[in-house]
Amino acid sequence: MNEWTNTGREPDPLPSFLPGPTAPGLGEPQAEVEETLKRIQSHKGVIGTMVVNAEGIPIRTTLDNSTTVQYAGLLHHLTMKAKSTVRDIDPQNDLTFLRIRSKKHEIMVAPDKEYLLIVIQNPCE
Amino acid sequence: HRPKGHPEIYPLVLTTKTQEIFNCRIDEDVTDEQPYKLINKEDIFEDLRNRAAVSDFHPVKKIVQEYPGNELLLVYDKDFKYGLNFYLIGTEEGKENYLNPPEVPEEQEEYKEHIPEDVYIYKPPVSKPWVSLGSEKEIEEESVTESTKQITYMISRKRSEFGAPIKFSDQNASSVKDAYIECTAYPDKNFTLKQLEKDVGMQVIPQIKDISTQTKWTYPKNATTQYYPREFSEEEKETLKQSKPLVDFLNNASISVEIALQQNEIMNTFIDDWKYLAEEEGTFGDKTDTYLKEYQSFTDLHSPTEKMITCVSWHPTIYGLIAVSVAVRLSFEDRVHFSGKLLLQPSLILFWSFSDPIHPQLMLESPDDIFCFKFCPSDPNIIAGGCINGQIVMWDITAHADRIENIKAGGSRSKRATLKPMFLLEPESNKEAMYIRHCAVSSIENGHKKVITDIHWLSDTFEINRMGSVFENRSGICCQLVTCSADCTICFWDIRPQKPLTPQTTEKKKEESIEIPFDVPSTFLHLDLSWKPLTKVRLSKGETSLDHCPTKISLNEDHLLCKTQDKMLAQSKTEKAEEMNPYHNLESGMANLLKPIDDFCTKFFVGTEEGEVIYTDWKMEKDPETGRLMSKKPVSHHTIHDGTVHTIQRSPFYNDIILTVGGWNVAIWKEGVMTGPLLHSCCAPKRYTSGHWSLTRPGVFYIGREDGYIDIWDLLEKTHEPAQSQNICITMITYIKPWIFSSKQQFIATADYYGTLHILEIPWTLSRPSTNEMASVNHYFEREVKHLEYVEQRKKIREQEKKEMELEMAKKKVKTYQKSKEQMQAELKMDYESYLELEKTVLINLGLIKVTEKGSYMEVM
Repeated sequence: MNEWTNTGREPDPLPSFLPGPTAPGLGEPQAEVEETLKRIQSHKGVIGTMVVNAEGIPIRTTLDNSTTVQYAGLLHHLTMKAKSTVRDIDPQNDLTFLRIRSKKHEIMVAPDKEYLLIVIQNPCE
Repeated sequence: HRPKGHPEIYPLVLTTKTQEIFNCRIDEDVTDEQPYKLINKEDIFEDLRNRAAVSDFHPVKKIVQEYPGNELLLVYDKDFKYGLNFYLIGTEEGKENYLNPPEVPEEQEEYKEHIPEDVYIYKPPVSKPWVSLGSEKEIEEESVTESTKQITYMISRKRSEFGAPIKFSDQNASSVKDAYIECTAYPDKNFTLKQLEKDVGMQVIPQIKDISTQTKWTYPKNATTQYYPREFSEEEKETLKQSKPLVDFLNNASISVEIALQQNEIMNTFIDDWKYLAEEEGTFGDKTDTYLKEYQSFTDLHSPTEKMITCVSWHPTIYGLIAVSVAVRLSFEDRVHFSGKLLLQPSLILFWSFSDPIHPQLMLESPDDIFCFKFCPSDPNIIAGGCINGQIVMWDITAHADRIENIKAGGSRSKRATLKPMFLLEPESNKEAMYIRHCAVSSIENGHKKVITDIHWLSDTFEINRMGSVFENRSGICCQLVTCSADCTICFWDIRPQKPLTPQTTEKKKEESIEIPFDVPSTFLHLDLSWKPLTKVRLSKGETSLDHCPTKISLNEDHLLCKTQDKMLAQSKTEKAEEMNPYHNLESGMANLLKPIDDFCTKFFVGTEEGEVIYTDWKMEKDPETGRLMSKKPVSHHTIHDGTVHTIQRSPFYNDIILTVGGWNVAIWKEGVMTGPLLHSCCAPKRYTSGHWSLTRPGVFYIGREDGYIDIWDLLEKTHEPAQSQNICITMITYIKPWIFSSKQQFIATADYYGTLHILEIPWTLSRPSTNEMASVNHYFEREVKHLEYVEQRKKIREQEKKEMELEMAKKKVKTYQKSKEQMQAELKMDYESYLELEKTVLINLGLIKVTEKGSYMEVM
């Protein structure tokens, strides 16, 4: 019988170009999330970006807290209403995107089962 | 048994038969209502004869026989009052009494006898003669009688006209004269009643109870909720961030979001092109009306000599009040010549109000003619003026503030100037002329030596010290002035009391001076006649002894013209909240240690009498050699104008754009651009004598000319000449000052050389900026700056080119001289030979030389 003994030595470090022993994509999603949001934020005229969960609680935001909370609360309700409107008219339909154009800027809401992505952009120069 | 007291009554028994005979049957002929019957005497006699003793009347036979009348009264006695069922009344008198019973006390006596005495006996009221207790007067008072005689009219018409066909027509009552008379109702104070007492009926009622039942009616009720939002903590956020669903969601959502974002970046689909194409409509007045309309004009009719207006200033807070400084219209020689006479006349600043074009509201006296003055921005009751003799004069009109605030129209209410000839003016006006003496004058020895040409209050955000360094101003009020004068100096003054540096001898000297009249406020008593400037800046030209003679200066803060109006109101409100006017307590602010302000621009523009525009610094520096304080050299100076620069003004919209007007042209400068003006107009046909930016339109300014015209320049329309020209008066315009009263009303005050102040109304088109006007004008200035830079660069390039060209030319010349002598000789020879050839051919052609050579005949030909 072979005995497995603990040699008390760390395994050799892998070459850097190979993925580490961690599961693939565990360190990445965080970076990916950041990267996506940064990309959106860097578009021309974007004032703020936020990610909100299904109950309207903000997860990630680039604006200050009070504004975020206000936007999250109000837009969450509106999105639910819009979604139910669309479903009422045709139950097989679903809301994919919501754009609200106002005098000063445009609010874009991308809904999902669990999250909402809200982006505020100032389209005029 | 006949009753006692009634001798005429004879009771009888009448049998049924007798009753039948005499028709007095009981209950048939004789009833309760009519219990009597008149019986003829003859019938009784007949009965007596017929039945003799059987007749019932037998016992009364004798009575009947004696009875005087013909009829006897037989009464049915139902109650058996006299014992039997009938009774006969035996006398006529008795009969009469029975038939017409009088108010007989006899019966009463009878009743009395029958009734017991402890029962209340009703006594009907006895009539007495009436005693007057004064009630008839009340009745008279209360009664309503006709006090006026009724008027009766008798109207008659010809008979033939009655019943004739009538034709009605309409007529306007006001068109025909006297068609109607009306008595219009008017409220007459004599007949307004004030109710002092009121008659109210009150009634005591038992307690009542209200009970209500439940209904469906909902009423509004205030309700408040306080909440705070749910949030995730940081760790939760982190965990969520790493969850896969979030990542997937973001990847999916970001695609559509980015598409949307890019759509917006490409084009704004919601623009209404038509709307952006047009200018804004909704003008208030007529769009074609572009002329300044005459609103009112003011002239002082009471002044003995001819005066001109030197400076105009609108009152910062009160509507319709404008102050004007007048000076005598004489040249320097004439002034000296008439100086004795001039001393007797007071020099004035007049306050005019729109409501009274003839009488000035206030007149401020000064020791000599004022050439410039300004209201203090933080307190419009303080006025500082610069005199022709170099003194600064201060007035404090706080005591008269309520007088000018509530000005009622004294004379006519018409807006047009109603200047009546002198003999028609009312002999007594409702106000006496209010002359207000000045509060303080500056020291004659230490101040300016020549006329003060410009005076400004320094902003209340900073103050300066002797070195010219800038500190913050804690007192919150404007307390420093800057003046410039024809003696080539610019002085800074402080109105707060200075710590005495010199010993007390000067005070003793002052006691000998004139007593100050009691009605002059003591606000500036500490300054009077001993006021020295804080610093003096001398504008020297450098090596020469001549100095620049400044006529106008423009500091950094002057541009807050339109903003000071709002600031003023806010400040005056805070001042009113304090009990003391800070100007009356100037010493309190002195003790504070002040913080210096860094990065403050201490440079300013100066315009001079020779037409130069100088940009210099007021900070003093220490001369390393002598150790004295010296003023710095100017940063830049340009000679642009052909005459005195009389206007240097910053634009109300841009802090660094300055308008300078002088001589025959106009220039616009940008602070910081040292190469030259942005705009430099060409020479105008007439001299320009005054100028001002428009307060609401960034590209518009007004220039007054010496022939009484106002030129209105619009930089967006034309930059080489004025957009409009309008004649105001016949003489030179000395001052222009526009002012905003409301968004719809803007006035421009124009002062002329003959002493008349014209108030004109600015039409809608000139007061309302067009859309994006500010951006367009900004753009224009930037273009001009770039143009200047380009010109500079081209200058350099041209210089370079010039240099190069010169070098080349020089080089060429050098080259020619380097040729050797032999070459030159050879060349000369060749030239000579070709010349000989030429000569020969010419002579042959002329036929002067015969061809001797052996050449063929053909060659020659």
